[in-house]
Formats: sequence, structure tokens, C-alpha cells
Amino acid sequence: MIQVEHLYKYFSGREVLSDISTEFEQGKCNLIIGQSGSGKTVLMKCLIGLYGIDKGSIFYDRRNIAQMGKKERNLILREMGVLFQGGALFDSMSVYENVVFPLTMFSDLSLVQKRERVDFCLQRVRLEKAHDLYPSQLSGGMKKRVAIARAIAFNPKYLFCDEPNSGLDPKTSIIIDQLIYEITQEFNTTTIINTHDMNSVMEIGDTVSFIYEGKLWWRGSNAQILQTDNEELRQFIYASRFAQEIYQKRT
Amino acid sequence: MKTLHLVGEYILLMRRVFSKPLKMSYFRKQLVENISALGLDSLLIVAIISIFMGAVLTIQTTLQTESPWIPAWTVGFVVRQSVVLEFSPTIVSLFLAGKIGSSIASEIGTMKVTEQIDALETMGINSASHLILPKIVACALANPVLVVISMFLALAGGFMVCVFTTAVPPLQYIDGLTSFFKTFDIYYALFKTFVFAIIISSISGFYGYRTEGGALEVGKASTQAVVGSSVILLLFNVILTKIFLG
Ligand SMILES: Nc1ncnc2c1ncn2[C@@H]1O[C@H](COP(=O)(O)OP(=O)(O)OP(=O)(O)O)[C@@H](O)[C@H]1O
Ligand SMILES: [Mg+2]
Repeated sequence: MIQVEHLYKYFSGREVLSDISTEFEQGKCNLIIGQSGSGKTVLMKCLIGLYGIDKGSIFYDRRNIAQMGKKERNLILREMGVLFQGGALFDSMSVYENVVFPLTMFSDLSLVQKRERVDFCLQRVRLEKAHDLYPSQLSGGMKKRVAIARAIAFNPKYLFCDEPNSGLDPKTSIIIDQLIYEITQEFNTTTIINTHDMNSVMEIGDTVSFIYEGKLWWRGSNAQILQTDNEELRQFIYASRFAQEIYQKRT
Repeated sequence: MKTLHLVGEYILLMRRVFSKPLKMSYFRKQLVENISALGLDSLLIVAIISIFMGAVLTIQTTLQTESPWIPAWTVGFVVRQSVVLEFSPTIVSLFLAGKIGSSIASEIGTMKVTEQIDALETMGINSASHLILPKIVACALANPVLVVISMFLALAGGFMVCVFTTAVPPLQYIDGLTSFFKTFDIYYALFKTFVFAIIISSISGFYGYRTEGGALEVGKASTQAVVGSSVILLLFNVILTKIFLG
């Protein structure tokens, strides 16, 4: 579980995140939704330690990262798996080398053990025959799957995904969403997903935090979201004319 | 003011770069790969440049010293001094600044804009050291070797001119090559090359690492890396020459 309390983030004096307090639960897919530019990526980068925060606190299973030394912080980093928006696979390495990389750097596993672990992770994302391919030879959806395999190689407690299905067709999007959902259940990870895809919200949104102009505007589950009386959230959900018509017919 | 800011940024980055690698075995593997990519791959073109420049240098020197008062071995002597002191260490390094510098900056720059560096950081890896240190060490090891090879080939290029033309008798040329030889000159040249190698690789790594944006910015970073490292290299050439020979 990750708790965020009164988090503020400024970029050269401009307030990008303002007084965010929310909770991301273990074994669930916790979605962060909001318009482009609302601050989702910044929030995630604060959570994974790429950006420092200006005010507030973040607790990883009750451990406050601000009160930690460098060593402890590195240990927490090792409990995180991150899926970046573009996949961020290492171009110069094959699929196998990408997935084995965190194991090589941080474990003393033997070659055979590493091989087994990589095979398991690649099987998990249904890419058994891609070991020797290079990122430039993969499709967008395959890249995302390799990135997921790399993110889970070290058995993370926390899994972060920044727009896992941006740039994918609807069907592939659903496959990726399902994969992340299954992994969350299977390994009981605290999974945090940035998205602006309403399909994902309805499919896998165990908890949903809606960010609007850098503030937490609404928090709930996907079951509650359609009944919201929050005006900004409603405009976000029913952004298309098509969706608005459906909404008007219902009310 | 802007330059001062850049220098400060560079020093801060280098403090992160020069730290102990996380896994020595992995560092060695990367070092070998980089020596191959940055050093071995430059061998052929350095060889070609050196042979031709040595040949031209010999022809030019012969033309300038055609006088009954100047002994024929002078040509060999002048060519050797120019090759050992300036052509091989400086001009070849300058050339390598273009070849290696742009390759380092665009590789690291691409990793930056595609979040690969972020990915390293979130794994708890010091990305600056992980990416830049092997390149600096590889250049510091490989460039002096390239320059020594370049010296031999440039002098050989000159020798070929002597063999195939009537400019200078080959034996006189060899005589010139071996007269008034000071080992210090070689040490000086190698030291200079070593400093240049660090300048080229670290400055290019720096420009690559601070890339922000997309493919366009990667291209810009690579140009800046070549221009920046060439200018600093030439500046240090003057300083080092003044200190050691002036
Ligand atoms: N490194 C940075 N420096 C300065 N401002 C930044 C930086 N990163 C983001 N911002 C600003 O913070 C705000 C939120 O950006 P962010 O990338 O978090 O949006 P987002 O919700 O992820 O959008 P999208 O859905 O398009 O990815 C934007 O106004 C952006 O300009
Ligand atoms: Mg974003």
C-alpha cells in the first residue's frame, strides 16, 4: 500500500501538484486519471523518486521515504517495477538481455537461474519466442509486454505503469490491461496506472483517483464513477458527443 | 554566465560519473564493448588518414626545403617532429572528436529522451556512471593506441613517397627520422592524447546526458558535443604545449 499525504510539487515556482492526498491499495489496480497536462506523469515520477517533492509525504507500506538514507531508498527502488510510457527498453540489448538486466545488476543468481526467471517472465507476458529479437524488431504492443516482463523480473511489490496502452489499438489495449490486472492479482502488487482511457477505467479500475489541474478532484471505484455528481469528472468521462448522448438518455 | 552555468553542470555530472561501478563484471563487459565500438571501429579510417597525411607532409616538406644548403635528412626529421608532436595526437584526436563525440552524444541523448535513463534510475542505478564511465575509460585506453598506430603509419606514408618518387632518397629519410630523437616527445604526445580522450568522451557524454525533448534535440546535442569538445580540445592543446614545450 502506498499513501500520499498533502503532496505539493512546483516547477520553477509554478504549482503542478497541489495538496494531493490519496491511497493506493495492495493487490489492486489503482488508476490515476485526468486530462492531458493535469499532472499524472509528474505524480508518478514523484512516487518513483525521479522527482523530489516540495511538501507532503509518501509512505510505502508505512515507510516514509523522506526519512530514509540513500541505502534504504535504493532498497525501496528495488521493490518497484516501472513501465514507462514508451516502454523504455534498452535499444542496444536483446529482449532477453533487457529482462535479465535487473537480475544481473542486483542478484547473485546463476546463469541457469536467471535464464529460468527470464523464461518465466516472458512466458507470463506470452512472448516465448522473442528472446533474441531487438527492440527495433518489435511492434508497439510487444515492446510494452517486454517492458512488463522486465518490470516484474525482480518480483516487485509496487508496479507503476504510465499510460500502458497509449498508442495501441483497442484490442491490444485490452490485452495489456488484462495482463497487468492478472499480474496484480497473482503477485499481490500495489499497482498504479496512469491512463485517460475510459475503457481501462471500467475494466480494471479497482480504485480511481481523478486529477484535475494538479488537484485530487475525486476518488472512488469504477463502480461509483458513472454515478458521480462531480461536474469536472463528468465532463471527463462523457467527453465525446456520443457518450454525452448516452448520458442524457439515462438521466 | 551561460558558460559558467554549463561548466558547473558539467562538474556536477562528472562527480556522479566517477564513482565505483555497481558490478565490476558488468563494467568490464561494457568496457570491452566500448573499446570495440569507439576504438577498433575507428582504426581503418585513422590508418587511411595517417598514411595520406604522412605522404603529403613529406611532399610539402621536400618542396619547402629544396636548397643545396639544407641536408636531405632534414625532411625526415621535420616530418617526424610534426607527426609525433602535432599531427597524430592533435589532428587525429580532433577527427576522433567528430566520430566518437557524435556517436556518444547521440547514443546517450536517445536513451535520455526515450526514458531509458529514467528506467535505469528507477532500478536504483547511477545512470551517469553506468553509461558514461565505460566510454571515458574506453577512450582513454584506446585513443593513445590509435595515435601510436597513426604515428607509425604516417611515417610509413612518408617513406612510401621517398620510395616511389625521387624527392628524398629513402635512406636519407630514415636517417632524418632517427636523428635527435627524444623519448620525451612520445610521452608528451601520449599524455596529450590521453587528456584529449577524456575531454572528448566526457564532454560528449555530458551533452548527450542533458538532452531534453525528442529526436531533433538529439541531433542538436550531437552537434554541440562535436563543436564543444573540439574547441576545448584545441584550447587544452595550446595550454599543454605552452606548459611542456614553451
Ligand atoms: N520537467 C518539467 N518541468 C517543468 N514543467 C513540467 C515538467 N514536467 C511536467 N511539467 C508540467 O506539469 C504539468 C503536468 O504534466 P504531466 O506530464 O504530468 O501531464 P499528464 O497528466 O501526464 O499529461 P499526459 O496525459 O499528456 O501525459 C504540465 O503543465 C507540464 O507542462
Ligand atoms: Mg503523462
